[in-house]
Amino acid sequence: MPQIAQLATTYSSQIFWLLVFFGLVFFVVGRGMVPKVMATVDARDKQIAADLAAADAARKAADAQEEAWRTQANRQRAEAQATIAAAKAEAAKAAEARLAVAGQGIDARLAEAEARIAAARAGALDEIEAVAAEAAGDIVARLAGLTVDAATARGAVKEALHG
Amino acid sequence: MAEGKVDPVHQFTIEPLFGTDHLAIAGYNIAFTNSALWMAITALVLMVFIGGGAKQAVVPGRWQMAVESFTGFVDDLLRSNIGANGRKYLPYVFSLFMFILFANLLGLLPLALVGLHPFTPTSHFTVTGVLAIMSFSIVLVVGFAKHGLHFFSLFVPHGTPVLMIPIIFPIELISFMVRPFSLGLRLFVAMMAGHVLLEVLSGFVISGTNGGALTFGIAALPSFVLMVGICALELLVAGIQAYVFALLTCVYLNDAENLH
Repeated sequence: MPQIAQLATTYSSQIFWLLVFFGLVFFVVGRGMVPKVMATVDARDKQIAADLAAADAARKAADAQEEAWRTQANRQRAEAQATIAAAKAEAAKAAEARLAVAGQGIDARLAEAEARIAAARAGALDEIEAVAAEAAGDIVARLAGLTVDAATARGAVKEALHG
Repeated sequence: MAEGKVDPVHQFTIEPLFGTDHLAIAGYNIAFTNSALWMAITALVLMVFIGGGAKQAVVPGRWQMAVESFTGFVDDLLRSNIGANGRKYLPYVFSLFMFILFANLLGLLPLALVGLHPFTPTSHFTVTGVLAIMSFSIVLVVGFAKHGLHFFSLFVPHGTPVLMIPIIFPIELISFMVRPFSLGLRLFVAMMAGHVLLEVLSGFVISGTNGGALTFGIAALPSFVLMVGICALELLVAGIQAYVFALLTCVYLNDAENLH
């Protein structure tokens, strides 16, 4: 086995050249290149993580905005409904008030008209009484030759008219 | 080998290249061998592979995806074993995992078809041993630097009755001290066994084919079919052993980092 047979003559050369070339690999590859490769990998991982986080944050912000928009829309809709309801109620109240005013005017005119009618009727009755009393006085004077005063005639007429 | 007899361990022979046989530092021979050459190739291929993928594009291409899947794999390994503190060991564990993986895989390349002889540095325990000792040293340094002498509480598991401590402590200590050996030997044995098996089977194929139609039918052909399967298995083992080495390093580092 050359490993043992040549041990005494080759061990120093083996160790020396191994240290030389392994040292070369260690310093050039291990110390020089590997940190750069790892830095690249780390930078890439970090960038991917950052991008993912940014995307997640953007999605959350969009969700929050949508939520805010929805609550605002709901609030505005409710406000609009309230405004419409208030306007409706106000309009109803105003219509009622105006109806009430108009009703009062009509009632007043009706009362006035009725009063006028009653007055006219009373006037007409008085006229009729007066004419009837006069006519009765005339008739009595012509038929009986009696002179009846106006007041008596009127009382008699009233009695006859109203029973 | 030309005479049809295959030496299954010849592939592990270390040969100095480029006339550097007597290159030495302070009396220690540091000849540039075929093993060193394949370590160099491993380092080079690894640097080209990772360098090609380190484009730092936010939207990665295929190559960058491949590199990032490797770094991510080791990073996950560290995170699941050590936790968030594990990131600082990434350069070491990643280098370790990729170096072993590439060395294992490059050693399996069928380059003999074009006349080259691939060599697997991880099939030598001098190499795997150094890697294991490095991992173990880091565990010791981190453990003692972080916890001081409290690190020894690692050898007394939680809830151990006081009476049992004299027995448990040496057992835990031994199992701890055995770690670098098991770590290094596991990789070395797995890689060597696979290569020897492939070599032995290829020897059967060559000898059987040379021996005539009968031996071709009963030995060479089944061996060849088996070799195809073993090759696939060896690719798997190359990955698994690199993974196991990195995983155990992570587990041991977790002991040092978090005690229990």
